[in-house]
Amino acid sequence: MLELVDVSKKVGAQAHLSGISLTLEPGSLNVLLGPTLAGKTSLMRVMAGLDKPTQGDVRSDGKSVLGVSVRNRSVAMVYQQFINYPALTVFENIASPMRVAGVDRATIERRVREAADLLKLSEFLDRTPLNLSGGQQQRTALARALVKDAKLVLLDEPLANLDYKLREELRDELPKLFAKTGAVLVYATTEPQEALLLGGHTATLSEGRLTQFGPTIDVYNRPTDLQTAQTFADPPLNTATVHKRGAELVLGEHSVGCTTPSLPDGEYLMGVRPHHLNLHQHSDTATAVTATVSSSEITGSETFIHINADSEKWVLLTHGVHRMDKGQSLSVYIDPARVYLFDTQGQLVQAPSNSAKAA
Amino acid sequence: MNTAQAGGGSRSSRFKWLVPTLYIVFLMIPIYWLINMSLKTNTEIVTGFSLWPNNLTFDNYKVIFGDPTWYNGYINSIIYVVMNTVIAVAVALPAAYAFSRYRFLGDKHMFFWLLTNRMAPPAVFALPFFQLYSAFGLIDTHIAVALAHCLFNVPLAVWILEGFMSGVPREIDETAYIDGYSFPKFFGKIFMPLIASGIGVAAFFCFMFSWVELLIARTLTVTEAKPIAAIMTRTISATGVDWGVQAAAGALTIIPGALVIYFVRNYIAKGFALGRV
Repeated sequence: MLELVDVSKKVGAQAHLSGISLTLEPGSLNVLLGPTLAGKTSLMRVMAGLDKPTQGDVRSDGKSVLGVSVRNRSVAMVYQQFINYPALTVFENIASPMRVAGVDRATIERRVREAADLLKLSEFLDRTPLNLSGGQQQRTALARALVKDAKLVLLDEPLANLDYKLREELRDELPKLFAKTGAVLVYATTEPQEALLLGGHTATLSEGRLTQFGPTIDVYNRPTDLQTAQTFADPPLNTATVHKRGAELVLGEHSVGCTTPSLPDGEYLMGVRPHHLNLHQHSDTATAVTATVSSSEITGSETFIHINADSEKWVLLTHGVHRMDKGQSLSVYIDPARVYLFDTQGQLVQAPSNSAKAA
Repeated sequence: MNTAQAGGGSRSSRFKWLVPTLYIVFLMIPIYWLINMSLKTNTEIVTGFSLWPNNLTFDNYKVIFGDPTWYNGYINSIIYVVMNTVIAVAVALPAAYAFSRYRFLGDKHMFFWLLTNRMAPPAVFALPFFQLYSAFGLIDTHIAVALAHCLFNVPLAVWILEGFMSGVPREIDETAYIDGYSFPKFFGKIFMPLIASGIGVAAFFCFMFSWVELLIARTLTVTEAKPIAAIMTRTISATGVDWGVQAAAGALTIIPGALVIYFVRNYIAKGFALGRV
């Protein structure tokens, strides 16, 4: 178990991390989600012991490990760049943590072969890493992390530099590989979609702060605040300032029904996920908002339509190929049941009512 | 298109050999003349002009290889040059690592200051060194010259090695520490192989600068550690200059440098690519 207690890290006057408290269970998969510069790597470096926090404590199984050097911690780490020892063969690369730990020859041989089999590296063991493809290099780094049998495994955007096919393959295998070791697995990513695919728990980071930590699907469906919702949305969350009057959310000259009439009247921020905006009246309660098209992107089976609605820039994601001309006006339908509402402080006050299905 | 290009190419390529050939010829003329002279007799050197030795003789070389006071000069030079190269690279390795990996107060200034050591002419340092080494009884020892040459070779080696080390991602260091390597083990087993070419280039430059440096080497030695360049002045005596022997001695001083260059030629190209040499 790894505990972070009120961890802060300042570099000069800049706060890279501020007040992060987190408890990670053994055998769990934890995703650190946030845009670049959110503090994911800083947080991992503190977890690994490569950097010392300026404040707060890091505990492993209840004992503070701040004084323990990274050499003596039970940690493995894989970077986004493919980091291996170029002068050693793949076999020696994988064996390296065990060689240092003084494991006997037969065990090293057996475990390197096992790891190489799992990661499909068996035929490359005699090569040096620079004679491998990017995917194979990263698998070598992963194999090294795997054989170390560390209590804490940190993967810092390990798949970001791989092509999509390898990515999908490894994303599927990785959690399974490390789940067997009972390690605390921490996986940093910038992509909300990757977090959802991995499952487990997600911690959303924004500007060095931890905005929410919980089961991934819960964080996605019920983000506690606007920051989390925006971090955990790709394409970005569509927002607009609305005035609530009774059971109506007034948005410029339009109004959308409010499913939580008990909220006090006043100003709120409405958030709608791009795939919850619709080109057709898909439910009885949905209301139309007129908008003009600014551009559209076709990705194959889906179309992103960028629109200007009530002076806000929105994105609409819809199935099928739709050709839209710039400046064309259209009606966009919003279902009140799919609307997030945040108060002026950015706290969530209303989540889509049937969020389990909506996901 | 293709034929036009081929036609134009052949026209310009007709004279392609010219510039490099001229360059090499001009470069080789002094060296050829030196070797030419070393194979002539003194009479032939001073009495006439001949493009090649009319009376081929190896006597000049025999003088050098037959007289310990001559060939000891080469041995002395090689001893202090090798000592200097080893010391300079050994000292520069940790220093360059610190400059490439850590940020500390005044690091950039200090890095620049290293180079300023090379800006002063060696003559400036000859006298202080002489005085200092006399006080410690180091005059006329190989180590004295080797240490004195560190003055300009250590900064040079730090400068070159820092460039190579900064080309190695810091994450490799961190991965090694995470794997459990201690610093010395990491440095020897993981890091050094990665900067091997940098060490080669740094060693070559230290060797070369130490080999050609005359002033400090001559000031700090008397007989026991006298470098070859100083011994060569013996050819000038009351009876005149022994041109042939001097040429032979000069020709022989080229050999060690040429050998070292041959071994590190590929690394040096790499060093140039890194912009640090």
